[in-house]
Amino acid sequence: MTDAAWIDAALTSARPQAVGALLRYFRDLDTAEEAFQNACLRALKSWPQNGPPRDPAAWLIMVGRNAAIDDVRRVRREQPLPDDEAISDLDDAESALADRLDGSHYRDDILRLLFICCHKELPATQQIALALRVVSGLTVKQIARAFLVSEAAMEQRITRAKARVAQAEVPFETPGAVERSERLVAVAAMIYLIYNEGYSAGGETAELRKPLSDEAIRLARLLLRLFPGEPEIMGLTALLLLQHARTAARFDAEGALILLEDQDRALWNQPMIAEGLALIDKAMRHRRSGPYQIQAAIAALHSRAARPEDTDWTQIDLLYGALEVVQPSPVVTLNRAVAVSKVRGAQAALDLIAPLEGRLANYFYFFGVRGALLMQLGRNDEARTAFDRAIALAHSSAEAAHIRMQLDRLMRDSATAQARASQ
Amino acid sequence: MLYALLCYHDEDVVCTWSKDQDAAVMAKLAIVQEKLTKQGRLGPVARLLPTTAATTLRKDDPPLVVDGPYAETKEQLLGFYLVDCANLDEALAVARELGEANPGGSYEIRPVGTFRPGGVLA
Repeated sequence: MTDAAWIDAALTSARPQAVGALLRYFRDLDTAEEAFQNACLRALKSWPQNGPPRDPAAWLIMVGRNAAIDDVRRVRREQPLPDDEAISDLDDAESALADRLDGSHYRDDILRLLFICCHKELPATQQIALALRVVSGLTVKQIARAFLVSEAAMEQRITRAKARVAQAEVPFETPGAVERSERLVAVAAMIYLIYNEGYSAGGETAELRKPLSDEAIRLARLLLRLFPGEPEIMGLTALLLLQHARTAARFDAEGALILLEDQDRALWNQPMIAEGLALIDKAMRHRRSGPYQIQAAIAALHSRAARPEDTDWTQIDLLYGALEVVQPSPVVTLNRAVAVSKVRGAQAALDLIAPLEGRLANYFYFFGVRGALLMQLGRNDEARTAFDRAIALAHSSAEAAHIRMQLDRLMRDSATAQARASQ
Repeated sequence: MLYALLCYHDEDVVCTWSKDQDAAVMAKLAIVQEKLTKQGRLGPVARLLPTTAATTLRKDDPPLVVDGPYAETKEQLLGFYLVDCANLDEALAVARELGEANPGGSYEIRPVGTFRPGGVLA
């Protein structure tokens, strides 16, 4: 790897800690971010010559702080200033600072940074945009492209989010146990949303949005390192890894969606699956189940099956049943219906989803599943109606193309049946 | 004399390598490994999964299982085992048994990502 690539990777990985610490110091998101940018510019000049410092995050925090203080000094000359010696002698200060960056500060700084981004007064789209900008350091252009909006619109979204955070009272003292666990739940949900933004993209937008999924996994690993004993964070990380492992097999050359049972399993990323399985293994030992762990356990059962017919659908049905208890939602029931159809047949699955129609009247996937179940029962006309409805509700061309393929199959089958009948 | 080479690097950096970057590094390492294999000088090679996948068994009495990597700086890495286990519970059982034979200190249990048997060693 080239110098630039190494430095880039080191800066990215130091970012949450450095911006978090700078935010605690300056108590202003814009100032903290700007200070970090300045420090990065200096790093790009200094590191190729001097080599990376022992602790890149500490280096960036110190340099960023000094740069910002210099700025303040230029603007307000009348302000009393810290002793020049204390702030400009980097070599000595760096090691002292590194010592002070103890575990608890580090943890709280990063958690605060993540928490600010998923502030409960912000709509989800702004939370995600802010996190990608501030924590992950993606450029506004990159984020705008991933969300398929103009750069100006994304800039505005982020500015608005920052203004809202600035108005709100952000607590800077160390959070207590209750608040910490509340933050953790909110942060985990935000990471999951970021992942889904990347995961749900198909066809032509898949490449653009893939960085979002990568970033979500990076953030999940970071969170897990801060809270190594939280089974739900293990579950979240496992879930993301197990889903992400299938990326290469999820779309065909034309960008059309390939169903799990039709995917080429040789394309699944085995190291990622191994890591996901190890994490869910570890989580289960805690006997404190939660929605992420259950979803990861379901994904793990799919990952363990060498062929689709090896899938343990009985176990998956049970796990969806458990998920319905901890996180009841019509979408969970709909997913369970797929497992039920494998274990107890299409009619049982159809009965299970019948009461959901009212609540899922605008949900693409509902009509896709219903169409497939009706097709299995040979109720082709009803299946066609369901597929037509699904196409009308599809969010992406990949989704629509997938249903059209099912429709084609249906037409072909009924054409064959008619031909046979007329013989 | 056999030498164990223990690999250290910044996990944040390595885990964010792209698939291509990672493959490029592995390909370059494979060239070195192949040379050593041909010379009959290479033993097992293992790449560990990230520390977030680690569990630690402290060999106290009774032994204590904690999540996360081993990070007690006053003790040093003195050796390692590679054991084939079906799951974490099995790995912990092996660690406990070893711990009874050799109390004090800890075992960090890290799943292995890649394993290459390499050449034959005396």
